[in-house]
Amino acid sequence: MGFDRLTKGFSGLRVLKEGLTGNKGWTPHWRDPAPKPEYDIIIIGGGGHGLATAHYLASQHGITNVAVLEKGYLGGGNVGRNTTIVRANYMLPGNSEFYSHSLKLWEGLEQDLNYNVMHSQRGIINLFHSDGQRDGFARRGNQMIAQGDDAILLDRAGVQRELPYLDFDQTRFPIYGGLYHKRGGTARHDAVAWGFARSADSRGVDLIQQCEVTGIDIENGAVRGVQTTRGPIRAKKVGMVVAGRSSQVAAMAGMRLPIESHILQAFVTEGLKPCIDHVITYGMGHFYISQSDKGGLVFGGDLDMYSSYASRGNLPTAEHVVEAAMTLMPVIGKARMLRSWGGIMDMTPDGSPVIDRTHIDGLYVNCGWCYGGFKATPASGHTFAHLLATDTPHPVAKALRLDRFRTGRGILDEEASGSQHNLH
Amino acid sequence: MRLPCPICGDRDRREFYYQGAAVALSRPAPDADAAAWEDYVHLRENQPGDLDELWSHDAGCGAWLVVTRNTVTHAVSGAKLASEATR
Repeated sequence: MGFDRLTKGFSGLRVLKEGLTGNKGWTPHWRDPAPKPEYDIIIIGGGGHGLATAHYLASQHGITNVAVLEKGYLGGGNVGRNTTIVRANYMLPGNSEFYSHSLKLWEGLEQDLNYNVMHSQRGIINLFHSDGQRDGFARRGNQMIAQGDDAILLDRAGVQRELPYLDFDQTRFPIYGGLYHKRGGTARHDAVAWGFARSADSRGVDLIQQCEVTGIDIENGAVRGVQTTRGPIRAKKVGMVVAGRSSQVAAMAGMRLPIESHILQAFVTEGLKPCIDHVITYGMGHFYISQSDKGGLVFGGDLDMYSSYASRGNLPTAEHVVEAAMTLMPVIGKARMLRSWGGIMDMTPDGSPVIDRTHIDGLYVNCGWCYGGFKATPASGHTFAHLLATDTPHPVAKALRLDRFRTGRGILDEEASGSQHNLH
Repeated sequence: MRLPCPICGDRDRREFYYQGAAVALSRPAPDADAAAWEDYVHLRENQPGDLDELWSHDAGCGAWLVVTRNTVTHAVSGAKLASEATR
């Protein structure tokens, strides 16, 4: 680490020492620097992926003359608005090794960052409700095991042991079993952003908030810097890491991306005593759920299924999610819903992300996370930092190419529904 | 959200299927190059604000509509039959 854990970092001893001395030694997590005229690398976007990129640029590649430009506040976008699930249960080569890599980074993240991100490997159970679905999950589980991750195919009795409170004999969709991914779980989303930010800052990266990029300077096909609300800043390389707003930022470089922005809703109930120990996904309706450490039941469903930048959804989707919840676990009917919100998703035609160079020298893009960006945060930052630092794709992210849509080679269509907008 | 179907009047969003930006109205020629087809199939302007999009009134009259809708406010400012929009 870039600092001494006993005097400046977090440790049990430090908590004890501060507790005995009036807690006067705690300091802000990061500085509030003014932008310098020039950096080696500018990262546009101070969300989870941008901050992770900054952390790994500094810690893995020794590149610290870096600025992260954030138009609002750090971690105020989708990293602060998601349902916090961490898993490595992807199937296709190209995705599978990437998310496997990410989960391994998660497992060492708290030590790496010296920060409690409350990573909880409570296990994920994907339920299935037919013989065909069982076959599909058996195949997926085998692929996960082949990748080196964990998967257990539970039969009905196995699910009953873990999740006795579900309605197993629903008239239409009785539960046949589930795919149990024990290393999956959740993490405290805000803390992930804060931990990466604190680490990057401690290594010398400038985290510049309230600094909106308004233009990207390009000369002779090469990036020269950016225009911002706090003045122009020069840079040799610029990385766009603004999922949710990718099309808007890319337009400043004259680019059109294979992205439609859609809205995804999430919901949370009042705080309850611990009752749901796992992450559960329903196989016959759009519904998944976990319980936060604060006690709220956190759940969500599918997209509202129309383009939107509104950060809020409509009632039909909320209704569907709640109906699916009541079908699967009628016990949830006793809980009162506190609030719902929406996040803006970068939806790509094949449902998989992009980490790549652009046709402009020195301009790189990290986008298209659809509704699955949170779990990818460490690997996205790790591999994007590798690309920025070395100009070669990281081995686990080399399939996440921007040109796969044009060439048709290497399409990563995890749901096998086709590479076309509006199918994922 | 309600959409004003020119045939049926204001109807609930649930009656409609969403196809996306109304790019299908300017389909490239069959012999157009790969760049034109990538542009058509995959690349999108996708900026916040008014967007012309295709909706099918599946659970109503079955017509394809071009709806102009603001993607920030969800306010609909116009809807016409796709068959008329392409004329």
